[in-house]
Amino acid sequence: MTELQAEQGTPALDVSRVEAKPRRNRDALIALAVFVVLALLPMVFSSKLLLDFVIRCAAYGLFATSLNLLVGYTGLTSFGHGMFFGLGAYGFGLMMQKTGVPIPVAFVATLAITFGVALVIGAICVRLKEIYFAFVTLAFQMLIHSTILSWVSLTGGDQGLRGGIPRPSFWGIDLSNHLHLYVMSCALLVIGLLLMCQIAQSPFGYTLRMIRDNATRASFIGIDVWRAKLTIFVLAALFASTGGIIMALFVSGAYPEFAYWTMSGEGIFINMLGGVTTFLGPMVGTVLFLVLNDTVTRLTDYHGLVLGIVILFFAIGLRKGLMDFVIEWYAQRRNGRGERD
Amino acid sequence: MLPLDLDALTGCLASSACLVTQTTSGFIIGMLLFLVAVGLTLIFGVLKVVNFSHGAFYMFGAYFAMTTYQFSGSFALAMLCGAAGTAIIGLIFERGFMSRVYGADVLMQLLVCYAFVLIFDDVVRMIWGPEFKSMGMPAAFQVAPLFIAGGVVPPYYLLLIGVALAAAVVLGLGLVRTRIGKVIRAAAHNPGMVSALGINTGLIYGGVFALGGMLAGLAGALAAPVRSLTPGMGFSVLIESFIVTVIGGMGSILGALIGALLIGLIRSFGSLGFPLFTEGLMYLFMVIVLVSRPTGLFGREVA
Repeated sequence: MTELQAEQGTPALDVSRVEAKPRRNRDALIALAVFVVLALLPMVFSSKLLLDFVIRCAAYGLFATSLNLLVGYTGLTSFGHGMFFGLGAYGFGLMMQKTGVPIPVAFVATLAITFGVALVIGAICVRLKEIYFAFVTLAFQMLIHSTILSWVSLTGGDQGLRGGIPRPSFWGIDLSNHLHLYVMSCALLVIGLLLMCQIAQSPFGYTLRMIRDNATRASFIGIDVWRAKLTIFVLAALFASTGGIIMALFVSGAYPEFAYWTMSGEGIFINMLGGVTTFLGPMVGTVLFLVLNDTVTRLTDYHGLVLGIVILFFAIGLRKGLMDFVIEWYAQRRNGRGERD
Repeated sequence: MLPLDLDALTGCLASSACLVTQTTSGFIIGMLLFLVAVGLTLIFGVLKVVNFSHGAFYMFGAYFAMTTYQFSGSFALAMLCGAAGTAIIGLIFERGFMSRVYGADVLMQLLVCYAFVLIFDDVVRMIWGPEFKSMGMPAAFQVAPLFIAGGVVPPYYLLLIGVALAAAVVLGLGLVRTRIGKVIRAAAHNPGMVSALGINTGLIYGGVFALGGMLAGLAGALAAPVRSLTPGMGFSVLIESFIVTVIGGMGSILGALIGALLIGLIRSFGSLGFPLFTEGLMYLFMVIVLVSRPTGLFGREVA
């Protein structure tokens, strides 16, 4: 559009060029500030419930935001993203229970396992389009879930990984201390979000958006679409796995539900709730979802029924997430003011 | 590490009795899957949406059949109610909700279906309770099993296979030979043109959805005497029938039949050779098909 206008003699649209480095510094500063606020929170509100809530937000938030890298940025509707959440929880839990290595080693090793698994599954899945992709990822999720259920000697079957996960202290951090665990989860969340934000803003992130909008064109100008999709699939899996690790540390165990398809469904719903057009949408969605889920679970036994109706309301009634509304409202307001000036 | 029991598998392949028994049980699984998968593939072929809540229709069929059987004692009426009741639910579901998200992206369609899986499971839990239920074998079929080449074949299995095959033939012929079948195929190919010719495409969409739901409901009703009923029973069937459609090719009825039989046989023989890895075998097979033929065995390249 802009090129067309320029040829006709009208001035080209003024696209403000943002230098990458100051922006990166700004993001890092914001992340640091958020982390400090979160870390100081226990001094003001010492309620254990609140801290628990934030830890769960960290686990779900990393999971949902990483899913948004696939759904919102690349247009890959993964319906099996929960498998990496489960893989992280089980991989980490088993590593700690069976080998007794220090926590950082287990953390890195779990991510390495996730990397390998995601590479193999991704290599098969990203060849497929849209609904095929959604269902093949779902099928892999069910494969991992059924493996967890049937491999009782290793995973404890449908009882989950019980007996607690040992949490030896390292570098002066003792994760069996609730406050340490809280600060650690916040740190992982903030670092994870910062990294994902950098991915989204990098040239690679814009390549992903292009693939989403027009994959054929992207491949015509020389982008290896398959490789780019596979890269983001694996990266997103790593962040989801980190979320799973936080969850495993939090509940001191791992349950088959972490790898069940509902986990992926919840991830998609969270993205829908918050909106997929903004980077922080899924994070907002996470908070909304957890509040909603906790309230509904407390009020009624039929929590699927209520949740389903809320999902329908969002999917058919509103057709967009909360952050999309906020952005639209903000843009409208700014436009309105611009016209008045 | 892999739980292997190849002796059991080779032993079974050598004995005709075991071969017959396993093949029939594979056919049972396959035929039930076929009825669910063919609805899925039909809906996809015409409406271009994947009905993620199709498993719930199977579940409703089973529960409707059980309740009707308990009240009336008539097995035929139970089948009829299972199929018809589910068809009505399918029609309402399509007209009321799915038709609103046809233009939207896949994410929306998945979400609407996801919502309904949650709602339907809870509705069943409300009405029939969360515990396992069983319908029990109808009196007419409580007779001694047949012995074919030494293998045990309950007569009910023959009925089940017969009904499913009949449904396949009627559906296949109906789509090719009848006027309605032609309209449906035309709507699948070019809905804009069909509606320009004065045919109500909304009605066709609703009808196809009802038909798909009816077939899934019939599968559920047929399965009710031989399976236990529980809320959420539809989900594993949905996943398996999706694997069937992926293997057979989306939109192909013959593909659904062949795919379902293959999966059924893999399940029944796999449970001998790889007792803990039976489901893994199915996924493995699916992956092999997908990698070598991404559109499935009988699928055509979708434009």
